[in-house]
Amino acid sequence: MTFQLIAFYVIATAAVASALAVITVRNPVHAALLLVLTFFSTACVWLLAEAEFLAIALVLVYVGAVMVLFLFVVMMLDIKIAPMREGFARYLPVGIVVGIVMVLEMLAVVGVRRIDQPLPAADPALAAGVSNTEWIGRAMFTDYLFPFELAAVVLTVAIIAAIALTLRRRPGTKHQDASRQVQVRAEDRIRIVRMAPERREGGAR
Amino acid sequence: MITLGHLLALAAVLFCISVAGIFINRKNMIVLLMAIELMLLAVNLNFIAFSRFLGDVHGQVFVFFILTVAAAESAIGLAILVVLFRNRSTINVGEIDALKG
Repeated sequence: MTFQLIAFYVIATAAVASALAVITVRNPVHAALLLVLTFFSTACVWLLAEAEFLAIALVLVYVGAVMVLFLFVVMMLDIKIAPMREGFARYLPVGIVVGIVMVLEMLAVVGVRRIDQPLPAADPALAAGVSNTEWIGRAMFTDYLFPFELAAVVLTVAIIAAIALTLRRRPGTKHQDASRQVQVRAEDRIRIVRMAPERREGGAR
Repeated sequence: MITLGHLLALAAVLFCISVAGIFINRKNMIVLLMAIELMLLAVNLNFIAFSRFLGDVHGQVFVFFILTVAAAESAIGLAILVVLFRNRSTINVGEIDALKG
């Protein structure tokens, strides 16, 4: 058993255990933190499979952004946990049975014939003479340029949708209206009056 | 050596854990969203395993796009969740029946 295989088993155990904990813990904050551990362990598995760019991207995008968003929402909402847990014990046997049956079916489909097929010894990116990032980048900016731009559009739409959904103006709060601030002109604020100069009565001169 | 079967088995186990999570946490919408993220992660693991096995870059490019769409999906999902909580003061799936579906 090589070091690589031992590392795989340890990391896979961590990933599966933390995934099981995600779906069973009571507190959603704990679930989010355990999901971070699951994502991180899976990123380590991706590193073992020599997908370095995507492993780092997973940590940056999921652990750095999406899970922080989850934690932010979980802490912002004042959630009562007790009503959420009703039916947990009732659906637990169904969930366990469905999960075990599905995993057995999937392992039967993928496992029996393929379990003894080792991954090719040479990293395909290195075999092509480039690093993993360059390997992905070359494909993405040539064959997949249009989908890449579409992905950017999807992200923009997501930003605008998230802002538009959660934006609200409560009446009575004080806020600055940026568009009205920029549209202010001097003529609207002050009035310049032309008049003849007057001599002050009984002045010092 | 790690074989293709190891990676596929891990992906299958993670996927089934998330399906079971959807079954047993059907009242808690936040955990439902987390289970969906976990499901996408398992699918991504399959893509990476086959990309490594076949020496094909397209699997990894697809994982990149799936990550993009999943991030957008969770952002909009959580925004909807916030609006829902603001209007109904609950995120219990059992009480969200305004559409009478």
